[in-house]
Amino acid sequence: MSQPVNQNAKLVVKNLNFYYGNFHALKNINLDILEGKVTAFIGPSGCGKSTLLRTFNRMYDLYPKLRAEGEIILNGKNILNAGIDLNMLRAKVGMVFQKPTPFPMSIYDNIAFGVNLYETLPKSEMDDRVEWALQKAALWNEVKDKLKQSGLGLSGGQQQRLCIARAVSVKPEILLLDEPTSALDPISTAHVEELVHELKRDYTIAIVTHNMQQAARVSDFTAYMYLGELIEVGETDSIFTTPKQKATEDYITGKFG
Amino acid sequence: MASHAARLKQQQRQDWLFRGATRFFAFLVLAILVGIIISLIIGAWPSIKQFGFGFVLGDQWNPVTHVFGGRNSIIGTLLSSFIALLIAVPVSFGIAIFLTELAPVWLRRPFGIAIELLAGVPSIIYGMWGLFVFAPWFADNVQPWLQNHTQGIPLLGPMFDGPPMGIGMLTSGLILSIMIIPYISSVMRDVFEVVPAMLKESAYGLGCTTWEVVWNVVLPFTKNGVVGGVMLGLGRALGETMAITFVIGNSHSTIHSLFDPGTSIAATLANEFTEASDDLHVASLIYLGLLLFVITFIVLVLSKILLLRLQKGEGANS
Repeated sequence: MSQPVNQNAKLVVKNLNFYYGNFHALKNINLDILEGKVTAFIGPSGCGKSTLLRTFNRMYDLYPKLRAEGEIILNGKNILNAGIDLNMLRAKVGMVFQKPTPFPMSIYDNIAFGVNLYETLPKSEMDDRVEWALQKAALWNEVKDKLKQSGLGLSGGQQQRLCIARAVSVKPEILLLDEPTSALDPISTAHVEELVHELKRDYTIAIVTHNMQQAARVSDFTAYMYLGELIEVGETDSIFTTPKQKATEDYITGKFG
Repeated sequence: MASHAARLKQQQRQDWLFRGATRFFAFLVLAILVGIIISLIIGAWPSIKQFGFGFVLGDQWNPVTHVFGGRNSIIGTLLSSFIALLIAVPVSFGIAIFLTELAPVWLRRPFGIAIELLAGVPSIIYGMWGLFVFAPWFADNVQPWLQNHTQGIPLLGPMFDGPPMGIGMLTSGLILSIMIIPYISSVMRDVFEVVPAMLKESAYGLGCTTWEVVWNVVLPFTKNGVVGGVMLGLGRALGETMAITFVIGNSHSTIHSLFDPGTSIAATLANEFTEASDDLHVASLIYLGLLLFVITFIVLVLSKILLLRLQKGEGANS
């Protein structure tokens, strides 16, 4: 298995195994996620790419009978350790989901809510933070005159960018995007993809996608997964032009999947 | 072609019939409602003529002197229901959160079924249990304790004044709360369950604790259902008759503390309808029934206003 040789790994996955009860969903995954880069995870449905992403912020902890074994090192600490502070972990590792999930509150409060969990800011600083986050998500110009309106009143693409702004607002180090455009129209998808380009200057990004063109467009590295195994990982250009594994080639050329 | 047209005609006729039938049923509800109100007003007319709106404030209820006033019954209804809500809403909220968010999966079904069974217990059972089991225990153990610990405290002290008899306003409120908890908690559980997992995950993903997720995301998302559930419980509490009649004390005197025996609209009606001899007494009882109707209506309107204000709080949809 080819591994990018790089010292700037933000997240190091070592011998990761994941189980849904008795089902062995991730098999001995080893992978580095590099700082300031976009890493895309592709593969057919059920290959474990979303499962892998959800180990990075221990989202699986919400559900019984799910367990991970191995190591995921973030800032020198194994985040799979029982003693880790999950809330602080999730502040460092933000997540955006398949569908837009604005909270049932105003646009302003959607952002301020997350910030309030960690910081107590005076009103003016909070205003600045909200604006900053919405700027980051390229949404500010569209919503600056209706911050008091419900986040649910925005279009799907705007809602998804609001969710990205919400994730960014607490200043995470890593952003996890779990098929962020699967519920969006092509124009909104393009917006979000542009945004990924912008955001990688400040954040390390891991994105799961069904769409291989999307992986090719937005990512620096691509990991191909199949049946719970990491088949191949490398620079996106080389994965898509000269894959080393036959299985990867079959998938990206559309022979199956 | 002809058969085609005939079939079309038949379909149109069926459609017309179906539409007519559903419209009929819908309007039937309205007709029944209006009919009940009209018959209540007619039945209460002698009393309305005699006492007017002063009936609402009159604290006398004396069949011997033919002076009737509903104030104490109305206060009893409102107060016992208020006590019931005060206890039942937080408890139901806790039950619903536990069942949807915290309980292990294998525990959820048996627990949920147990709560629904509680809703199926006939109210007379609650009344008997309240009178023969709960009230004596309450009088021996809880009421003296409450008195000892609130004596001399302004507001709180007078609330728990008087002889600890076991029956009274507080006991009614407590029994009522036990009766409405299953309703409120099962509605809350149902609406909490429909909150999309992804919405909750995105709140957890920000680093929220379970409490923060429930309070800031689940509750606002389900507020219509939650208010609906509370209203269902309140409606039951306002109209509850049998259990209350057993434990409220059935006294028409003005209550000064929560330990005093009192009465409620429903309890007054249940107690006196069979014994009411003269027309004014019967009319006054019907007047009370009409007022119960009005109270329920006002409560419904208030809940709608509450929902509108909550909606404003989260920002208008546009």
